[in-house]
Amino acid sequence: MTRADQWKLLSVVVATALSIWYLWPSYRYYTMPPAERQKMPPSEMAALRKKAIHLGLDLQGGMHVLLEVDKSKLSAAEAKDAVDRARDVIENRVDQFGVAEPLIQSEGEDRIVVQLPGLTDRERARELIGRTALLEFKLVRTPEEVRNIFTRLDSYLAARGAGASANLDTTLQRTPLSGHFLDVGSAAFIRNDDRPVVERLLATPGLDSIIPSDSQLLWTAQDQNYQGVTGRYLYVVKRTPEMTGGSIATAEARVGLDQTNPGAWGVGMTMTPKGRADFGRVTGNNVNRQLAIVLDSKISSAPVIRERIPSGDASITGSFGIEESKDLAIVLRAGALPAPVKTVEERTVGPSLGSDSIRKGLTAGLIGSVMVIAFMVIYYQLSGVIAVAAMLLNTVYVIAALAGFGATLTLPGIAGLVLTVGMAVDTNVLIFERIREELRHQKSVRQSVSLGYDRAFRTILDAHLTTIISGLFLFQFGTGPIKGFAVTLIIGLVANMFTAVLFTRMIFDWMLGRGKVERLSI
Amino acid sequence: MLQFLIGTNFQLMRFRRWAYLFSGSLILATIVWLVMHGGPRLSVDFSGGSLVQIATNQALPSGRLREALDRAGMRGAEIQQLSEAGGNEYLIRLKGSSEGDVFKGVKDAVVAAFPGVQIDEQRSRVETVGPRVGKELASKAFWAILGSLAGILIYVGIRYEFKYAFGAVVALFHDVFITLGVLCFLNREVSLTVVAALLTIAGYSINDTIVVFDRIRERSKALRKEKHSRVMDIAVNETLSRTVITAFTVFLTALALLIWGGEVLSDFSLAMVVGVAFGTYSSVYVASGLALDTWIWLDRRKGIQAE
Repeated sequence: MTRADQWKLLSVVVATALSIWYLWPSYRYYTMPPAERQKMPPSEMAALRKKAIHLGLDLQGGMHVLLEVDKSKLSAAEAKDAVDRARDVIENRVDQFGVAEPLIQSEGEDRIVVQLPGLTDRERARELIGRTALLEFKLVRTPEEVRNIFTRLDSYLAARGAGASANLDTTLQRTPLSGHFLDVGSAAFIRNDDRPVVERLLATPGLDSIIPSDSQLLWTAQDQNYQGVTGRYLYVVKRTPEMTGGSIATAEARVGLDQTNPGAWGVGMTMTPKGRADFGRVTGNNVNRQLAIVLDSKISSAPVIRERIPSGDASITGSFGIEESKDLAIVLRAGALPAPVKTVEERTVGPSLGSDSIRKGLTAGLIGSVMVIAFMVIYYQLSGVIAVAAMLLNTVYVIAALAGFGATLTLPGIAGLVLTVGMAVDTNVLIFERIREELRHQKSVRQSVSLGYDRAFRTILDAHLTTIISGLFLFQFGTGPIKGFAVTLIIGLVANMFTAVLFTRMIFDWMLGRGKVERLSI
Repeated sequence: MLQFLIGTNFQLMRFRRWAYLFSGSLILATIVWLVMHGGPRLSVDFSGGSLVQIATNQALPSGRLREALDRAGMRGAEIQQLSEAGGNEYLIRLKGSSEGDVFKGVKDAVVAAFPGVQIDEQRSRVETVGPRVGKELASKAFWAILGSLAGILIYVGIRYEFKYAFGAVVALFHDVFITLGVLCFLNREVSLTVVAALLTIAGYSINDTIVVFDRIRERSKALRKEKHSRVMDIAVNETLSRTVITAFTVFLTALALLIWGGEVLSDFSLAMVVGVAFGTYSSVYVASGLALDTWIWLDRRKGIQAE
């Protein structure tokens, strides 16, 4: 064995050993029975999972959402770090929700990527991530003020003939708005059937100028019952909040917050010291008035202040389920988003569908590989076996590299891996065909092999480079799964130069080095 | 030794005009299709909208499913039953608005219209892309395709003389464009993964061309006395076996992906199968044929008799 051969052998041994080293955690992680997984200490488990090859959301199931932060209503100063603040809040919420290995990243000017692997309850997650959760305490206007405002709205609407066109009812012609009210105190009760009409009326252009600028109309968040009729209340509140969610120290889901319905779930909140002081002052100054607890511009309740409340305990109740209460507590603890967010992209895959994809991808890969292997061995015989060995080695290297670089294996990535099988043997086909050609020209076996490798090399290099060029552009453009494909393709091609050229050459040299060879099985 | 396509002596170049006609008609057909339909059918990745796949515990007649969706305000839904595995799986495509939770909308509509039907969320998926994101992805895809074609073009331009480079580049566009055309004729959608396939084809289909061209270069030095078309024929025939075999192995794996790889990969795999097949054909006929014609044209301009 020459010195160069020794180096080649050493490099193959080292690369293979390294690959096995990188693949071992993946093998252990994915073949471990669930019972054993349970027994393993969590920190060790996390370390193992980190080293194992990552599966993309399309394979393990999960949710990918791209959120856009609406900065249009923020001042320039607020807008500056709004995305980062929003990301922190969402990160905080997701942490408390409990998803293994979430990814939350700001992207570009106004976007946030959220990836939740293995997620099973997408609706809950969506709600949790996307909710602004702006909590405000606002004073409710007194009944006289409320009546006053509604009367002015009625006359404005009647003057514009808002009620006349659709209704012959004279009450509705005179009082287009309050004609729909079943009850007016500090709030108006409106049947659910009438709500769309009322909402349309309230959207009448110019109406905003009739409402005093320091007041605003807000609906209750949930359906209520008034004398057996289901509907919602429309409140008139002071626009500037007395306090906001920033004063909340903790929030937790609890039962027994609502005296009229003791078994119901709700969220109990305690305030920060400053919040407690503020709350004491606000309640002290407004005894016998109603203080509305407003969440995302919907009133969750508007209790009457009986006396000054120094404790700073507040609660949100309603017909919540236990999960809803827990999620609400999470968002209140984590704080409000600095601005509303909108989901501009969502890709969610159910976990069973993901494992289906893995199964199908592997089946296709197996069948494809078997066909390629069968062809190579039948067509090129012993040389075909060498090419197949190189191809298998190539596959091992690619998967090991994916694990080693912490890259993510996606479904298109699996497709890339399968295609790599077909492309990997191409290199050897080119070399073998060239060797056969030299053999036909009556060259000796050793000479033919040597010429075959040398003459095919330039072509092989060119062929690899062009595919790598498109692979690089693909990587550049790629989102998630496509990036996985590009990475697999590129690594596959680079590894192929090593296995299909260097490794197979080494085997041939070794075979031919043992004395005179008359025939080559090719 | 098992071998085929060795020692062949096909007079391939004689028929190159027929090949131009064939390729030209395919390209023309693709252009006509694209003009008539205002571009390829774009998946939600690019057009914006939603793709919802639901798995149910019983069959939903597609007419009633459409009615249910219409009633819930999701008009113009395209419904496709996935035939695989005999399960009750439906693919629903919704164009336009992605406001709100589309999956929940579909789920609620189905549950309301078909009492007793349950949707297995574990076996469902949703892809919703807003119009702006879709446009961004489309422009990224466009530049990626253009960039990689330009990259390969530059590489080929440096590596080969003009007479080869021209044929190689036309063949490259030919392969990518006809693959796109075949997808269009089969009413498939162009998605992110299809673009990935097109780019892979761009990188891969030129491999065969490189093999043939290297041989042409080698032969044209040795066979100076021969007619250009004869040199071409010799070179192409000598490399025919490897051109076909290398494409065949990749074709096998792409075919395996198409048959067994599942719904999600089907458009990708189809594009690969078609692209590899056309890539092989084009390296012989489009690339080499055009190289021959360029060669003849260049010589004639210099006043040399050539054919």
